[in-house]
Amino acid sequence: MFWFSFEWIWDMGHMVFMGGLWYALGIIGLGMTYVIIKTILDTFYPDFFEPGPDDHH
Amino acid sequence: MDSVLFPKGVKRCSLPMFLLGLIPVVLVLLWGVYAMLLCWIKGLNQTNMNDSYGFALWIWADLAVIAIGGGAFFSGLLKYVFGKDELKNIINYAVLIGFICYSSALLILAIDVGQPLRSWFIFWHANVHSMLTEVAFCLSCYFAVLTIEYIPLILENRKLNEIPFIHNMSHNMHGAMAVFAATGAFLSCFHQGSLGGVPGVLYGRPYAYREAILVWPWTFFLYTWSAAACGPCFTILVTKMTEVITRKKLVKDKVIHLLAEISGWMILTYIIAKIIDTIYWAQVTAPLMGFHWTEFFDSARSSLTYHGQWILYLEIIGCGIIPALILITKKGRQNTGALWFAVAMATLGVCINRWTMVMQPMAMPVMTFDSWNLYLPSWQEWATTILPVAYGIILIAISYRYLPIFPQESELNPSD
Repeated sequence: MFWFSFEWIWDMGHMVFMGGLWYALGIIGLGMTYVIIKTILDTFYPDFFEPGPDDHH
Repeated sequence: MDSVLFPKGVKRCSLPMFLLGLIPVVLVLLWGVYAMLLCWIKGLNQTNMNDSYGFALWIWADLAVIAIGGGAFFSGLLKYVFGKDELKNIINYAVLIGFICYSSALLILAIDVGQPLRSWFIFWHANVHSMLTEVAFCLSCYFAVLTIEYIPLILENRKLNEIPFIHNMSHNMHGAMAVFAATGAFLSCFHQGSLGGVPGVLYGRPYAYREAILVWPWTFFLYTWSAAACGPCFTILVTKMTEVITRKKLVKDKVIHLLAEISGWMILTYIIAKIIDTIYWAQVTAPLMGFHWTEFFDSARSSLTYHGQWILYLEIIGCGIIPALILITKKGRQNTGALWFAVAMATLGVCINRWTMVMQPMAMPVMTFDSWNLYLPSWQEWATTILPVAYGIILIAISYRYLPIFPQESELNPSD
């Protein structure tokens, strides 16, 4: 349920319950997004997180 | 034939023998699927549930598998949050068992709701005053977490891991696992607790009703505590059973004993809390509602009836105090027979606890003109409850064969 649904009420019950659900889903979603992006970079751009030879002075 | 898929340095039986061994389990699975389809196609008239037993065998099975699946969240919490690194050697199996338990719980719920196509209503049209809404939210989110924890194991299959993308994916998922494990522990604590909260708030059912701290009845905390205490025992029990079936040592005793010791102390503290809760309920809560505690047990006819007092003593003494005392002592843990007995009894204890809190309140007369209700599940209910067991055995067998579930296996079995 989102805040634009007709049955939404701005009360503590809705904010805590639905906020908790979005919070958990947010962490899971962000965590997996980070993993997938890092995997793409590691696989196809292996030097992305490594300092290049010119960076050492 | 499929030996290239086996984990490195281990031996497995031949493929035909493996498939032959699975046949009886697959037959049981098909029996369960047939019963499940009957329930979906013909409806819940296939069950023996009635107006008294709206919560029946399925709900007990749900609560029981969720409790014994608690080994996954508690082991994850111990390893990733409290730094018990030794548990890395059993965490994979704990995750697999947790994954099986939670997928089974969701499967049983999908049959129980009667209209699975409307399952999403609970998310979109959520009743924010219901403990069960919190359970549904946390259960589905935690199942997502368990899936995320199980995926790296699949990706670590020897052949799959040769693909660079999959290798990196697995590596990165392991890297982020602490975040998922902490989220899983948070979600798990809340849904275990809310499942306990459901009977605890039933003031019309004085057997289950308990006083509350703010909105949470005592049963909220007792359920979380008991799942954390007894879940690891089920993990140890299944590990030991797997060792017997495979005739191999799969996890070092040191790891098992560490988990058993932590579990033992958790059971001991839980059972003390449970005894205090029971005494308070018998001496204060029940009399305030006009009952003597013995009236809640169907002991008028015989001391060994369906809902007799024996079940209370079995849960607290036989499945609580005794296993706890065995597991907290070094001698008890090191004795193989005693360890087997303790983990089996602790697992049984948490299942009995869920049974008494789900079934017993349903059986008791609520009105003066009511009598004790008895309920015997239909064969469809039995079949669909046994279905997850068959599914679990199959998934464990396949995972054990092809995935590196036990990191210490090759070291412990050098002849492989």
